[in-house]
Amino acid sequence: MELILQQMPVVLKALNVGFLQTLKLFFVTGLGAIPLGLVIAFGSMSRFKPLSWLTRLVVWVVRGTPLMIQLLIIFYFPGMVLGKNIWGSGEAGRFTASAIAFIFNYACYFSEIYRGGIQSIPAGQQEAGLVLGMTKSQIFFRVTLLQVIKRIVPPMSNEVITLVKDTALARIIALQEIIWAGQAFLKGSHGISGAIWPLFFTAVYYLVFNGIVTVALGRLEKRLDYFR
Amino acid sequence: MVILDVKDIRKSFGQTEVLKGISLSLGKGQVLSLIGSSGSGKTTLLRCLNFLETPDAGSIAVNGEVLFDAADPATQREADIRRKRLHFGLVFQSFNLFPQYTALQNVTLAGRLLAKQEPDFSSRKKQIYRDIDDRARHLLEQMGLADRMGNYPHQLSGGQQQRVAIARALALQPDILCFDEPTSALDPELTQEVLRVIRGLAEKQTTMIIVTHEIAFARDVSTQVAFMDGGVVVEQGPPEQVIGAPVQERTRRFLESYTSS
Repeated sequence: MELILQQMPVVLKALNVGFLQTLKLFFVTGLGAIPLGLVIAFGSMSRFKPLSWLTRLVVWVVRGTPLMIQLLIIFYFPGMVLGKNIWGSGEAGRFTASAIAFIFNYACYFSEIYRGGIQSIPAGQQEAGLVLGMTKSQIFFRVTLLQVIKRIVPPMSNEVITLVKDTALARIIALQEIIWAGQAFLKGSHGISGAIWPLFFTAVYYLVFNGIVTVALGRLEKRLDYFR
Repeated sequence: MVILDVKDIRKSFGQTEVLKGISLSLGKGQVLSLIGSSGSGKTTLLRCLNFLETPDAGSIAVNGEVLFDAADPATQREADIRRKRLHFGLVFQSFNLFPQYTALQNVTLAGRLLAKQEPDFSSRKKQIYRDIDDRARHLLEQMGLADRMGNYPHQLSGGQQQRVAIARALALQPDILCFDEPTSALDPELTQEVLRVIRGLAEKQTTMIIVTHEIAFARDVSTQVAFMDGGVVVEQGPPEQVIGAPVQERTRRFLESYTSS
């Protein structure tokens, strides 16, 4: 116990740095995947069949394979084909590759939630808009969208909480997120080695952050409570 | 003066021909009730008039302007359809109010969006919005909803929701207001309050087409009644004739099924 307290300041500092990277990946993924998911959802609902088939095929592949493998493929495959590493060697390159893999993967999951949400809105809403002379895009943005958001907040909350924890997968390509930082104390880092408790302690970071995420999404859900 | 002229409308869904050549004409200020059993094509006809379905054949003219002619692709341009729809208003069986907007906002939304296309919109924005809001308030008062304007649809009874929907349709001042079984989702008490509103509109010479199962109401309020069966208009004329003294056997049988129940 005394040893842990002694190691604490050094460990926390390193974990904080790692967690910053975790947060960065989390927010970049959210920012990218939330709109990209909508594009994919529209693709899979397209009345132009080849586009809808292609989109569904891609969603099937992305959802049907491990994100960890996708990370490896995105990071290493371009180098194997082109003969040079397009991501560069540093942490920035690993982050870019991770972000692309995460955005694409999560966009595919989100797209299915969006599709379900959009298709659950009664056709009468669209028809009421049409007979009132509204354009399709006016109907989507002024009538349908908020109703869709209301319906997808609970399933999206689930995905978002999973995303917070999934960011840890990026260490497979050596992204220096918090679990990578915690694990480093096993092998030896900052003069500490053979310490497993920092790895355990990373869970506290996830737990606290997911608490914040849960409260925020709960608030959003409440704010949309004014209509049914 | 003829305001609506529908000629030989046909519509099939897959192999089933739902409308087998419907022709109608309606004078300004007249009220036409469409009666007939479920599946007779009444609702499909209304949906064709509102461009929610595209007829396979036939034409629709309002005030002498051909809005749709199945034989003339120039009348079917997607971009024009939105404008043409505004000749008609439609009140749905299931109300279809927008749940995230208040009663007042439901009535003003489309008008506010359409106003953006006005050439002088940016300079007169405030005035235009105020006019739209005033008009919407006035309509809701007329519907007996003066104290409900700020309520969301889920806070209103079915009858109140349907009256908001009527105000919403009227706000765009359509030439012809269509009702698709406006009271079918309501219990008898709420039915009466909606029928009262529609009767009031008829007294004010609002041109209307009403698909309804309320035979007594149709008899009261209509200037014309058309009985539809199997995708054709079997019998059409003033209510005293079609409902009071039907000539056709099919009409008689249909009306008997109502009076006996």
